[in-house]
Amino acid sequence: MKALRFAAPLVIFLLLVGFFAVGLKRDPKEVPSPLIGKAAPAFTLTQLHEEKLVFTPVDMKGKVWMLNVWASWCVSCRVEHPLLVEMSRRKLVPIVGLNYKDRREDGVQWLAKFGNPYTLSAFDVEGRVGIDYGVYGVPETFVIDKMGVIRHKQIGPITPESLEKVILPLIEKLNA
Amino acid sequence: MKTRIAIGALALAASQLVHGQASEIAKPDPLVESRLRSLGEELRCLVCQNQTIADSNAPLAHDLRTQIREQIARGRSDGDIRDYMVERYGDFVLYRPPLRSTTVLLWLGPFALLLGGAGVFVYTVRRRRSVAAKELPISAQRRETIEALLDGAEPTSSAPAPARKKGASA
Repeated sequence: MKALRFAAPLVIFLLLVGFFAVGLKRDPKEVPSPLIGKAAPAFTLTQLHEEKLVFTPVDMKGKVWMLNVWASWCVSCRVEHPLLVEMSRRKLVPIVGLNYKDRREDGVQWLAKFGNPYTLSAFDVEGRVGIDYGVYGVPETFVIDKMGVIRHKQIGPITPESLEKVILPLIEKLNA
Repeated sequence: MKTRIAIGALALAASQLVHGQASEIAKPDPLVESRLRSLGEELRCLVCQNQTIADSNAPLAHDLRTQIREQIARGRSDGDIRDYMVERYGDFVLYRPPLRSTTVLLWLGPFALLLGGAGVFVYTVRRRRSVAAKELPISAQRRETIEALLDGAEPTSSAPAPARKKGASA
């Protein structure tokens, strides 16, 4: 009986420590996407630079590619942008931009200023495609395989760490 | 009374300010708006996670309200619209998440804690009762004294109780 008296609070305490250890390290802003493992939602949008040309994800069938959601008004997009530029310089993977709720001239100017890592950017002025992709915090990046299935979603800016540890190994695996 | 009215008016004004949905479109259809409100109150805004889609002023919440309005106009049911949200943002978007293996703790945890608490309570009460029954054998004489005291009579036994001031006891 004495042992229980002593052990019970200790057990409860350890249980709480366990919960906090897991819970406090998680980022509540990172909501697991239900889209992973599902086909990338279809859309047809005009291109940012070429108003008369359209882009649809079907164009990328047979390739492993990245869809990067960005906007000229998005401050943390600037954080990840040099990494994207570097990726495109090394020709690691085709990157398609989704210019989200932006103005055409602002987007074009922004890319002229910071460099354009994108094969092309689709122009989602109303943010409808963004909604279909469950976008809620720009920047977001999707890795999509040859069959057009979403394999990974990065919420928030890509970091050198997430690039080296998650994204690049995944792309290599999907390309193999 | 006047202050009450004033407070009421202020509260009303404040509620108009905080609700993202209010006066968002030029010609709101009251039926659509009330369905949007009841739906939006069960959906979480993903940008400001502690607000509902109905209440939030975030641009995404605004866009999602537009989506819901359009879907209501197209005759989709509340269930359809909820599914539409879950397909995109996951169960997290629902303020009432469905019971699944990952949400069992969320749904049953509070009841488990309640049961545990009740168990501890019953155990403690029983133990105290048995201790009380065991440890206080009272002699017949002493019992008489106590009962007399409780009845308000002056103590008559050989063991007088300490003198008490009137009204000192609570």
